[in-house]
Amino acid sequence: MSLIWNKKAECLLPLEKEQLQLERLQHIVKYAYERVPYYKKAFDKSGVKPSDINSLKDIEKLPFTSKAELRDAYPYGMFAAPMEDIVEIHTSSGTTGKPVVMGYTIADIELWSEVMARSLSMAGCTKTDIVQNAYGYGLFTGGLGVHYGARKIGANVIPISAGNTKRQLEIIRDFGSTILTCTPSYTLFLAESAKEDKIDLKSLKLRAGVFGAEMWTEKMREEIEKRLHLSATNIYGLTEIIGPGVAQECEVKQGLHLQEDVFYPEIISPESLSVLSEGKKGELVLTTLTREGTPMIRFRTKDITSLCGGECKCGRTTIKMDRITGRSDDMLKIRGVIVFPSSIEKALLEINGLEPHYKIIITRPHQLDEIEVQVEASESLFSDEIRHMEETKRNIENHIEKSVGLKLKVTLVEPKTLPRSEGKAKRVFDQRELK
Amino acid sequence: MRVKQISIFLENKKGRLLEALKALGREKINIRALSIADTLDFGILRLIVADPDKAKLVLEQSNFTVKENDVIAIAVKDQPGGLADVLSTLSNAGINVEYIYAFADKQENDAVVVLRTEDIDEGIKVLKKANVHMLSAKDIYSL
Ligand SMILES: [Zn+2]
Repeated sequence: MSLIWNKKAECLLPLEKEQLQLERLQHIVKYAYERVPYYKKAFDKSGVKPSDINSLKDIEKLPFTSKAELRDAYPYGMFAAPMEDIVEIHTSSGTTGKPVVMGYTIADIELWSEVMARSLSMAGCTKTDIVQNAYGYGLFTGGLGVHYGARKIGANVIPISAGNTKRQLEIIRDFGSTILTCTPSYTLFLAESAKEDKIDLKSLKLRAGVFGAEMWTEKMREEIEKRLHLSATNIYGLTEIIGPGVAQECEVKQGLHLQEDVFYPEIISPESLSVLSEGKKGELVLTTLTREGTPMIRFRTKDITSLCGGECKCGRTTIKMDRITGRSDDMLKIRGVIVFPSSIEKALLEINGLEPHYKIIITRPHQLDEIEVQVEASESLFSDEIRHMEETKRNIENHIEKSVGLKLKVTLVEPKTLPRSEGKAKRVFDQRELK
Repeated sequence: MRVKQISIFLENKKGRLLEALKALGREKINIRALSIADTLDFGILRLIVADPDKAKLVLEQSNFTVKENDVIAIAVKDQPGGLADVLSTLSNAGINVEYIYAFADKQENDAVVVLRTEDIDEGIKVLKKANVHMLSAKDIYSL
């Protein structure tokens, strides 16, 4: 059993927890309303005043905040604290338009260190560990988030940052790193390079990994644990809220404990925007309960998940969220069927001998959506006989159709030609021209 | 007799065949025989080369998926019906031929035929019995 970093905060009784959340919610709503013009305008428009928040359920009266509003506030429009109290800035890069800019006060950095210390502890990190932090350092929150948390625990951090795979492997081997933090797809990249460099991953001291910043699946966890010989845990977070550390898996590995005493979660239907009950799948909405620099009220994360309460086997009482299974804006509607690319990935990874790299291309050549999945013809899929190759293709197609309910075409491509980025890999290409 | 063949997966993309051949050329690996099987979206390049292990390594280093497997090489008289006789022998024995390709032997005036039967050993047995002239790996590589 790993250590619970903050028993008081992570094992609150339900009533204590609600009381604490309500007090904090009332405070943050008032704080945001008084200090950020955007919130004042939005609340006024919805006809709601901070004094209307008398129960946790009253949060539903408040308007949502989305990435578009944060972009409009570029650069400092969402800041609630005076500039002289801001000690650090991070941005969340968008694929389009201006980045979202978030400000951190000293208390915010302390909050971030705290939730990251809780997260790393959940993965088994203690002060005797050597944490190889291969998340990017910089405006991206991954690197510094892990750094602050590991330092708070008193572990030894290697701030190697992302990239330079050869060096990563050398340092893991030579410095005896015990914990690896990076994106899940990068671990497979590392494993591939290790094979090329003839580094035996079994001989390394790595024993745990904290992987996040992109969607992954249970099957991918199996793959990572098998290839890297470590215990792989899932971490969740986003810059708009704080960075990594919003939620993290404990050793039970059934859901991520969400740090509810400081981040208040709701699940909504991305279509009707109404709040869904516990256990229902929908979009995660988060409110920061104590954030000073840039408080977030009902921020729409676009991440699809569900929440599950009750005490966990690990002893924590914080609510657990399921691993992210899609993005409400990545949600693909193909021939009227809602499909998440992650479910296609899940089906692909169930096929023996298939490399966990793929590309999904959607086109509409004749008024009808067509979907093509490209996978690599690895040595185990390849045969000198056309007949066998065609059979392999059909088997993959049938397997995906069975599990996703969608007919699609599988194309085999040459090895190492599909995207394996060292950060987030773009795998879905929607080339439909919708009028 | 059994001869090693290497097969290479080719995406239907311009220039990939050329790249595979160039990679072998750079390492001075001579190609004895070659065939390409094509489908709508991929192809399989099959080669008989003098040094199959080295060829496999070279191609893998250029990121190709490569497989090594055995095929049967025989010499067929360069006259009408020569190959048909061989194929009917196999067919009569219930042996499936997956694919076949041929090249000419300049010195002997024979056609060299590469055969891939589903079961290589069975194929060899039947051909031996029918007194078909089989070529060893050494024969092929020294052509
Ligand atoms: Zn737990």
